[in-house]
Amino acid sequence: MNKIIQNSKISENVGKAIIEAPYIAHHRKAGQFVIVIVDEVGERIPLTIADSDREKGTITLYYQIVGTSTHKLSLKKEGEYVYDVAGPLGHPTDIRNYGTAVCVGGGIGIAAVYPIAVAMKEAGNFCINIIGARNKDLLILEQELKAKSDQIIVTTDDGSYGIKGFVTDELKKILDSKKVDIVVAVGPVPMMKAVSELTRRYNVKTLVSLNSIMVDGTGMCGGCRVTVDGKKQFTCVDGPEFDAHLVDFDELMKRLNTYKDQEKESFEKHTCQLEKYHGR
Amino acid sequence: MADKIPRQKMPQQDPAKRIHNFNEVPLGYDEKTAVLEATRCLQCKRPTCVEGCPVNINIPGFIKAVKEGNPLEAFAVIKQTNSLPAVCGRVCPQEDQCEKLCVLAKKGDPVAIGNLERYVADYEREKQHYTFTKGETVKGKRVAIIGSGPAGLTAAGDLARMGYSVTVFEALHKAGGVLVYGIPEFRLPKDIVQYEVDALKAMGVTIELSRVIGTAETVNDLLSSGFDAVFVATGAGLPLFLDIPGENLQGVYSANEYLTRSNLMKAYRFPEYDTPIVKGEKVAVVGGGNVAMDSARTALRLGSKEVYIIYRRSKKEMPARIEEVERAEEEGVIFKLLTNPVRFIGDEKGRVKAVECIQMELGEPDASGRRSPIPVKGSEFIIDIDVAIIAIGNGPNPLIPKTTPGMDTTKRGNIIADPETMKTSKRGVFAGGDIVTGAATVIQAMGAGRKAAKAIDEYLSTGVW
Repeated sequence: MNKIIQNSKISENVGKAIIEAPYIAHHRKAGQFVIVIVDEVGERIPLTIADSDREKGTITLYYQIVGTSTHKLSLKKEGEYVYDVAGPLGHPTDIRNYGTAVCVGGGIGIAAVYPIAVAMKEAGNFCINIIGARNKDLLILEQELKAKSDQIIVTTDDGSYGIKGFVTDELKKILDSKKVDIVVAVGPVPMMKAVSELTRRYNVKTLVSLNSIMVDGTGMCGGCRVTVDGKKQFTCVDGPEFDAHLVDFDELMKRLNTYKDQEKESFEKHTCQLEKYHGR
Repeated sequence: MADKIPRQKMPQQDPAKRIHNFNEVPLGYDEKTAVLEATRCLQCKRPTCVEGCPVNINIPGFIKAVKEGNPLEAFAVIKQTNSLPAVCGRVCPQEDQCEKLCVLAKKGDPVAIGNLERYVADYEREKQHYTFTKGETVKGKRVAIIGSGPAGLTAAGDLARMGYSVTVFEALHKAGGVLVYGIPEFRLPKDIVQYEVDALKAMGVTIELSRVIGTAETVNDLLSSGFDAVFVATGAGLPLFLDIPGENLQGVYSANEYLTRSNLMKAYRFPEYDTPIVKGEKVAVVGGGNVAMDSARTALRLGSKEVYIIYRRSKKEMPARIEEVERAEEEGVIFKLLTNPVRFIGDEKGRVKAVECIQMELGEPDASGRRSPIPVKGSEFIIDIDVAIIAIGNGPNPLIPKTTPGMDTTKRGNIIADPETMKTSKRGVFAGGDIVTGAATVIQAMGAGRKAAKAIDEYLSTGVW
């Protein structure tokens, strides 16, 4: 059981939770994730560790409210508990002084790219960060990232904030104008695929952090397998970061749809119960 | 006289009914049947059965107590060397171990040692609790055990009894390892595993759940933070796949994932539990071991109409227990023997819709001593399916081998340990169970845990590596 220190909706469907987890707060490194079980009947859901406070023994998680588990998490109040948090899991990002680093975050992926951008900056890189979302409401961590960037660019698909357009448009402008040594991209699979296709043309090393379906997160189930350079790799123990230019994104996208029907069924049951509970 | 009494059968749930529930299949002995079966034991002066038991239970000793109507005393006898009797009474392959060496087996049916062990453990759990005494940590030494599966729990129990302070680190949110994530409820109810774990806790064993070693803290960290010895018992790791086309289609599972969803995460009770599982109408399970049988029988219970076991050799070579194969057959699993999958075929959405197979024939014996299967040219055929489960074994998990310098591994990545002492090449570090041997049985892992506990005691008592 892990205590919720703070939990709030920072936009219509993005939540931010600060959870007591001293061991994880102490050990975690940029790029690693945790597995959260919200309650006794809950799933094991992987979430990237966005931030931590060693002294207070807390970790910060951002989550997109998309289904039963994340909706349940969003209902947890300060002082309540989640059933379990396991981690840190996965390889930390290979943080080095590459020279110029561009970190690209899309939607909830901004939370995953944030600790990497911070670590890249601390390692001495010139850090350009591009964040984007469908609209203004889905943008997160702009101010926090700004404080750690040498340059920050914000885009929205609908133009409701920042530059109207996609993160890849802005990334292309940067690649055209200066030498970039590494790109790190985290976001929806189509975005990571687009970034990867772009940087391949410029021959710039690119890392992506994958959000595969997982159960245990420790290398036992194989549900998170992805094809990288033609070989099976497990996101949980071989990743979550991989060389973007070697990842089979189309296969990943299809695998992520495995439980679409069940997710809908589960969410309908969940909301139905909630309505009963609230006497509606 | 004793040899006139036939071996007592254990009643079972009717196959037609049981495929619709996850309740346990064999129903256990009642007292009368247990005493009758116990009467069959000849109480040999030199009991060969004990030699067949990897944890050397005093078998005639506990059977004598059952015969005399004293199951709690029988329980105490078993517990001297076996921390998990209710588990072993259910999942041990007794026919290849103790019962195989029973003197009665020479002329007829051996004593049903496994059934009696189960009876004793169930009696203690359900009727009359044994009082566990908290072990005095007299040795003043601390042992870390990584993994709470059969090897880890056995070592933990033995070491606690010897007086060591024991901490078990478990990566998942429940203790028991394969006993909770792998073996299905209908073969090993999960509250029984929890009961055995609680008994260890009552003896003073500390269990740290959701603590993964190798991603943050390492074996070296444990050794430098006050543990005097470490036993690595992390079990079977990464599931193996066939490496054929279409294996990453939706609906293609490793047995580990399929069983973990159903057992540990209770997907069989979805949507009451949140974890989903694809329930296919037609399911193909690839493999011929116990895990394959467990997967096939789980699929039936999840409502699948046609469930196939696809195995490339013949029935004789199947590594599964005969009992498990028989139960699968009773329940209607269809065996496609001498058959091997060639590729999985998907629909436009990326879901598996069929598997193409090829017929095999048996050639000369291979390195494992089994006749090796050879494909029959032109014999390809297609089976329509919507779920496939790959149950062909596991490779080692890399987390600990990769983060423990000085601990040697095989080419495949299994930890190298002395088969008697479980010592690795790294001082103070022992390893046993599937992480050393590759996938094996619960009781073999328990045997390794027992040997490791003995060797750890020797090492910590003498300081000699």
